[in-house]
Amino acid sequence: MKSKLFDYIDRDNFVYNLSGLTKLLAFVCFTFSVMFSYDIRYILFVLVLSFCFFRISEISFRQIRTMLIYVAVFLLLNFCLTYLFSPQYGTEIYGTTHELFRFNGRYTVTLEQILYQVTKILKYASGIPLGMIFLLTTNPSEFAASMNRIGVSYKAAYALALTLRYFPDMIRDYQDISLAQQSRGLDLSKKEKLGTRVKNIMNIFVPLIFTTLDRIELISNAMDLRGFGKHKKRTWYAGKPLGRNDYLVMLFAAAVLAGSICVSVFVNGSRFYNPFV
Amino acid sequence: MEKKLFEFQTKTIVATGLGAALFIVLFMYVKIPTGIPETDIKTAYGVGAFFSALFGPIAGLLIGLIGHGLSDAIQYGSPWWSWVVASGLTCFITGLVYPKLKVEVGEFGGKDILRFNIYQIIANVISWVVVAPILDIVVYAEPVNLVFTQGIVAAICNAVSAGVIGTILLLLYSKTRSKKGSLTKE
Repeated sequence: MKSKLFDYIDRDNFVYNLSGLTKLLAFVCFTFSVMFSYDIRYILFVLVLSFCFFRISEISFRQIRTMLIYVAVFLLLNFCLTYLFSPQYGTEIYGTTHELFRFNGRYTVTLEQILYQVTKILKYASGIPLGMIFLLTTNPSEFAASMNRIGVSYKAAYALALTLRYFPDMIRDYQDISLAQQSRGLDLSKKEKLGTRVKNIMNIFVPLIFTTLDRIELISNAMDLRGFGKHKKRTWYAGKPLGRNDYLVMLFAAAVLAGSICVSVFVNGSRFYNPFV
Repeated sequence: MEKKLFEFQTKTIVATGLGAALFIVLFMYVKIPTGIPETDIKTAYGVGAFFSALFGPIAGLLIGLIGHGLSDAIQYGSPWWSWVVASGLTCFITGLVYPKLKVEVGEFGGKDILRFNIYQIIANVISWVVVAPILDIVVYAEPVNLVFTQGIVAAICNAVSAGVIGTILLLLYSKTRSKKGSLTKE
């Protein structure tokens, strides 16, 4: 059921054929450029770009539905919390007040606040398509190979590969243990008191963790026996050589990042775009 | 065998990989509600602290970074970087206790429990009350009072998770290991 969140299905199109490294760099460049800039125009530009890439990648809506629900709930909550805690933060940032309507002194709705909060939502939303592209169109083994190629130590990259490899197994183990314990009468639902529920969760926890510890022993012995970690470098079976398209996309992503910084430095003079002055 | 603070053996790598996978599974599915809305006690941090104490700060750092980063990416499409960094830092600081513990030879007494908990509380306070909110403000320009409130709640929840679950797991684990010098010649 839930492990379907992370399924990689091989396809043959422009985005799938890019190397994992390219997609990672593009993802990082795009997210950093929207993280840095608070200019709604530039963020919209990046958002449109990301959606174009998303169309090209041919990811089906079914694959990302669960994720979208989580995202929507998260954004809504953040939106409400921000307003609840700092209803005048926009005014503080932009330095002006354009009142729309007022309930009481503190919770007056201002244009500045709306701009600030909408910008924030768009900022977050524009990172998502590329994140999904990266997760769903990259072969996990190739991902680790790409990490190694941009200078991450191969041991850390290998840890990442192991994570991706064992994550589905772990979910299966968790479900098996959980069902086994429930069939023995362990109640995890809301009917049980909180204290008992915590105890019951521990009863699933302990076997899961001890299985994992056994497995760690097994895998590390197997790797040691095959001489893992003896040399400073290693080669990757799944590593792909970079093609022309890879370089083009990387250049483009770097340009987007540079553009974001340029807009902030030369056009706006700060990270914020201020239409009110 | 002497334990070095920053050693990185094959076992550390494997523990990191599997620990992070476990972290993701727990982070996404196993939360204990506290009754206050949207503040769950995340069991993942208990396991994070357990693995950090068992395999050292480097493993802890990577478990926090990979685990939180990937689970954010899977659930929300894009990691919330400031909190990912804070997660890594929590596990890293907790991991500093690693050379002082001898859990793998079956020793985990009252003093060790205290020591582990002092480390994890310091780690949680530094990461969630100081580092995460400051990064939130610098990187995302979030409102100041919101992020500090969130930070304090997170610090308490995570410290409870690490304190209760981490301690129980370490105790149980130490019981399964045979003590050094437990064999006697007849």
